Amino acid sequence: MISRELIFEIGRTLIAILLALLLGFVIILLVSEEPFEAFGHFVTGPLTTTRRIGNWIEATIPPIFTGLAVSIAFQAGQFNIGAEGQLFFGGVVATIVALSFPLPMYVHVLVALLGAMVGGAVAGAIPGFMKAKWGANELVSSLMLNYVFYRLGLYLINHHFRDPAAGAMVSYRLPETSWLQWFWLPTRVHWGLWVALAAIAFCYLFVYRTRWGYALRMTGLNKDFAAYAGISVTAVIIYSQVISGAIAGLAGAADVLGLYRRFQWQMLPGYGFDGIIIAILARNHPLGVPIAALFLAYIRSGASIMSRMTDVSAEMVAIIQGIMILLVTAQAFLSKWRHRAVVKEATKHEVNA
Amino acid sequence: MCMQNLLEMKGITKVYPNGVLANDKVDFSVLPGEIHALVGENGAGKTTLMKVLFGLETPDAGEVYYKGERLQVSSPLHAISSGIGMVHQHFMLAPSLTVTENLVLGAEPRKGLAFDWNTAIKTVEDLSKRYNLHVDPRARVRDIPIGMRQKVEILKALLRGAELLVLDEPTAVLTPQETEELFVALGELKRQGHTMIFISHKLNEVRQITDRVTVMRGGRLIGVRNTSEVTEADISRLMVGRDVILKITKSPPTPGKKVLEVKDLSYFTTEGKPILKDVSFNVRAGEILGIAGVEGNGQSELVEILTGLRMPHAGLISISGQEMTSASPRQMRELGVAHIPEDRLLHGVAADASIEENLIADRIQESDYTGKIFLKSKAIAENGQNLVGEFNVVARSAKTPVKMLSGGNIQKVVVAREFSSSPSIVIANQPTRGVDVGAIEFIHKKLVEICRSGVAVLLISADLNEVMSVSDRLLVVYGGQIVAAFPDASVVSEEELGLHMLGIKTQEAALLKEALA
Repeated sequence: MISRELIFEIGRTLIAILLALLLGFVIILLVSEEPFEAFGHFVTGPLTTTRRIGNWIEATIPPIFTGLAVSIAFQAGQFNIGAEGQLFFGGVVATIVALSFPLPMYVHVLVALLGAMVGGAVAGAIPGFMKAKWGANELVSSLMLNYVFYRLGLYLINHHFRDPAAGAMVSYRLPETSWLQWFWLPTRVHWGLWVALAAIAFCYLFVYRTRWGYALRMTGLNKDFAAYAGISVTAVIIYSQVISGAIAGLAGAADVLGLYRRFQWQMLPGYGFDGIIIAILARNHPLGVPIAALFLAYIRSGASIMSRMTDVSAEMVAIIQGIMILLVTAQAFLSKWRHRAVVKEATKHEVNA
Repeated sequence: MCMQNLLEMKGITKVYPNGVLANDKVDFSVLPGEIHALVGENGAGKTTLMKVLFGLETPDAGEVYYKGERLQVSSPLHAISSGIGMVHQHFMLAPSLTVTENLVLGAEPRKGLAFDWNTAIKTVEDLSKRYNLHVDPRARVRDIPIGMRQKVEILKALLRGAELLVLDEPTAVLTPQETEELFVALGELKRQGHTMIFISHKLNEVRQITDRVTVMRGGRLIGVRNTSEVTEADISRLMVGRDVILKITKSPPTPGKKVLEVKDLSYFTTEGKPILKDVSFNVRAGEILGIAGVEGNGQSELVEILTGLRMPHAGLISISGQEMTSASPRQMRELGVAHIPEDRLLHGVAADASIEENLIADRIQESDYTGKIFLKSKAIAENGQNLVGEFNVVARSAKTPVKMLSGGNIQKVVVAREFSSSPSIVIANQPTRGVDVGAIEFIHKKLVEICRSGVAVLLISADLNEVMSVSDRLLVVYGGQIVAAFPDASVVSEEELGLHMLGIKTQEAALLKEALA
């Protein structure tokens, strides 16, 4: 049974997307000499060639992980914005494992992924532990830890695994046994996609079908109620952060093992913050995450094609993107319209009764 | 429109965002100079109607006329300036300020730039004398009793020129003596030409002081009657739509083994102020022990300590002979301690979760409901359906989110979960607060039923009727101490109980000790 509320949420999101596109078009009209062409690139660009479709898909893989990670934390009522640092550190640990432990094919990549999960989980556990034990605000601690793990990761790579032969601050090239293989040539879509799908299934089953997921949701909905009913809120906070961190760690591993095959980030990649946008769009539901991630990656990809192919400047493209995301994530959007529908439904129901 | 009405609300319709039709074309009118009762079950729409009047909610349809003129109230400030005052159920006072400061807040008399303290005091004294509502203008609100705080609330409205006063369940927090005093004051206000809307669940009070009564049910207006022409039974029939039996019939108690033993329990605030002082009592299987007392005398802390939500600073707690002082809620529940919390929305439910999910919160780790990894969704759904049926929860299905239910039905969800946990003791804290007559009747019946099946029941309540009619034995708590014990609740009079609740009368220590042993 699909509830009225779900239909409304979907409808509202679709209308928001249409409005956002319209607004994007208006802005393009104002700034471009060739608005129709530019808009065409923006809207259909990502689908025009196999390579572009591949670019779109490969760009959704890390945000699926971070979107799931943030959703799990949000469902537990933890405003955790540490996915950024967790994924960065996950990528670092995956690099270290790949370079330090020569292992046979398949085993090597699995161990590297596992290392990334452990790295992310450790980074996620710290704010969880601090919250559970001392009541430290996880928003602040997870945000601050982003920079700690960012610098720690850079230190490890630059001072211990840096490839002096490369022209930039990057690690040694990873051995092929540790790669997430490309399976749809000529694109770079890699095995990480399957890992992402598995993570979606895991999160859905965990949150909605296990007692730990139940405890997690109840804690998120009303932690006083959870404590009253005998659920250990402390345990929930810690394990939700550990799982969230582990999944975020996979996002880093996906790009390092799947795309670059060496560690080359010098800045935080931004997937963690994308994860927040995706979690909000997906209303924290694991099955909504891939859709939201595809949507976000599509806008990103279309925008970058537009800026490459037309006279719309990169800055303007970023502004259009930002406005679209803002519109789509605005929760109160169209609430008046919704309220009228609710009034109609309620009064009609009474007449029939 | 009819000119003689002071207030006329026409066709008020209000739908809340969650789809609840709180008011459905309600027509409500009040004559000048009358005390008009507004009664109805919880969720009948009384509070919503008054919120519309006071500008706290915008109606989706309907018009309000005040003194014959169309009134479009957009905010409480607007309502106040039009001469409408509201005394909320939960007082809106600043506890750390004095009575005078609270009263003149926002309309302070000034001398130059400075606050004119003397004029302010004089204003308050004059007002208090004029309406015969005695308050101490210099006392801080946190130091004065509940009854006086309420007078401050009423004076606050009068000072701002209120001619029409809305009183939302004003007697819910008062002792019988304070209630009497309030009624005298309301009579005086009426004599001086004020009009009042009196919202209450207590029909005897409605009968006692009101001129007319408007009954609401399910968001609609059911009828308006002259109070002198109807009985309490008539009103409750209109409210509920059927006959209600509030008289509790129960067999004599058959006390068995001691289930809960509390010895010298003490609890202090972080500043060292005592909240509970050497509290000792015990509850046996098959009996209902009532603890009466004005709210805020340590009851909330006591219950939280007994259920593992709070750690005591001294004393011992045993459940069925096992020492359980400072146990966790999980450990308490494993020994069969069921808990109906005083604030159902804070502790009792996760409002956004479904009914069936709320019904398994305490038993999620049991093998009936979970396998090694996955939950048994079929068993959970069955449990939900069964309990919804057994406890008469009015809902579309067990999958409905709890937030869509009325207060009484939410409480039934809590009661259903706690009673079905095969408890050895049920600790019920204000189990019927703010629920409708039908639900009260049901919950009382269930409490007696489970007790007589051999379960110990500890009932904490500020509602005298409830605590007297449901309990077998009775204790009175005042200032964090047990000040009176009555081995037979049925022979205690309301006045007697009220005097103990106010700390005016105390039992001899030796007598008390014997009764509590």
